[in-house]
Amino acid sequence: MGDTVDPLSAVAALPRDAEICGCNGISKGQIEDAIAAGSTDLGAIKATTKASASCGTCTGLVEQVLAVSLGDAFVMPTAQPMCGCTDMTHEDVRRMIKSQRLTSMAEVMQECGWKTPCGCHVCRPALNFYLLADWPLEYRDDPQSRFINERKHANIQKDGTFSVVPRMWGGITNANELRAIADAADKYNVPTVKVTGGQRIDLLGVKGEDLPAIWADLNAAGMVSGHAYSKGLRTVKTCVGTDHCRFGTQDSTGLGIKLEKALWGSWTPHKVKLAVSGCPRNCAEATCKDVGVICVDSGYEVSVGGAAGMDLKETEALAKAATEQEAIDLTIAFVQLYREHAKYLDRPYKFIAKFGLDWVKERVVDDLDERVALIERFELSQSIYRKDPWAEHAAEKAESYQPLANLTLEAAE
Amino acid sequence: MTDWIDIADLNDVPKRGARVVKTREGCVAIFRTGADQVFALDNTCPHKQGPLAEGIVHGASVTCPLHNWVISLETGLVQGEDEGQVATYPARVEGGRILLDATFLRARAVA
Repeated sequence: MGDTVDPLSAVAALPRDAEICGCNGISKGQIEDAIAAGSTDLGAIKATTKASASCGTCTGLVEQVLAVSLGDAFVMPTAQPMCGCTDMTHEDVRRMIKSQRLTSMAEVMQECGWKTPCGCHVCRPALNFYLLADWPLEYRDDPQSRFINERKHANIQKDGTFSVVPRMWGGITNANELRAIADAADKYNVPTVKVTGGQRIDLLGVKGEDLPAIWADLNAAGMVSGHAYSKGLRTVKTCVGTDHCRFGTQDSTGLGIKLEKALWGSWTPHKVKLAVSGCPRNCAEATCKDVGVICVDSGYEVSVGGAAGMDLKETEALAKAATEQEAIDLTIAFVQLYREHAKYLDRPYKFIAKFGLDWVKERVVDDLDERVALIERFELSQSIYRKDPWAEHAAEKAESYQPLANLTLEAAE
Repeated sequence: MTDWIDIADLNDVPKRGARVVKTREGCVAIFRTGADQVFALDNTCPHKQGPLAEGIVHGASVTCPLHNWVISLETGLVQGEDEGQVATYPARVEGGRILLDATFLRARAVA
């Protein structure tokens, strides 16, 4: 930390009405009162006040309030257990899954001493990811252990409706796709149509029971799921590159499409967003993405670990690629390394901060055999997961989106 | 007096999952636990009306998909420090079929 001011004294100086948790509107005073009433660790503060229990960005601040209030009585936690179901950390559990060849959730819970019969909403999605990432052929994905967005392949909204985002490879669309999207918006009474930050079109306010039908319509026009709901590959943003731009140095759009076709459908510890810019002017804003490629006259600058959400971070250079294929290989190898080692819900920048960029470079850039092995393992997983879940659900699971029964027509008493 | 009505096959609801039954007064969520217990609750979280049937079912609880409130399927009570209660309705399984008590569902419409 390069801060000149001690963060603890800065927190100590905050007034009692200073908002600490922006999601839940919890002030420093409310946290202090909870501490005085006996909540003396982060878990207890989360449970009693909800502070840091939503997005988690303020966790460090809450811990500092604890440290200021309790002084030496507060020990900054080192390793947190995964959740209340186990004493083991994410890292411990992942190590067990790999070393003991645990290929089912029941085995993990048995071998790692789970204290609950079937986990909870915190551990089950994490375990489901670790198992499918480590044993793509042996483990069968468990939809009931997924958050609703990944179970229903759409984003739940505050009123219980869903949003639907068809994939537009590299941000490219055409008149036919736009007509089909417009028709779907009309047919399903979509109240809001929005252009997203990832160069896609979002249909907001679709009823859950209409999802299979709207997907079938979009499928018929050649579109597939945009995975706007997944901890997986989201979007590859591009600029128009050498196709149209007078400054473009490479075919950035084409590379973006190739990357998206290689990576789509893959599940990752958190969402993954890419961008490819055709020159250093960087119109696709590649330097705040999980993986960003900047095309230059001599090749492709691949950088990783950017963020523009809860944290703002510029990407760091991974390697310079001479060819398009090498840029694709570096990207895939990096994504696979992230899938194999990151803690669930850590974006790549957090993964890199824990393991070190040098550690990442050794495996993805320097060791060519390891790069090839990572790509092979990614491809093995993609042999299962690179497919359109919308088509599958529309064909095989449409019934499960409908009400179990409809009693609204029952005769009134 | 109970008036059990046949709703669906038990296997129409996934283990550790839920489906909804539409009624005139909104949806009732039918939950099935990992141990094959069946519960019927209003499909509405007392916090911000989240659709509980879309939540993750664990043990005999469900976590609301909107803001992670945890609700007991047995009592409808909100767990932890959050407060509130969801209405519950009699439900049972007989011969592999899910049955709901129509008297209660009607009472709900009147309430």
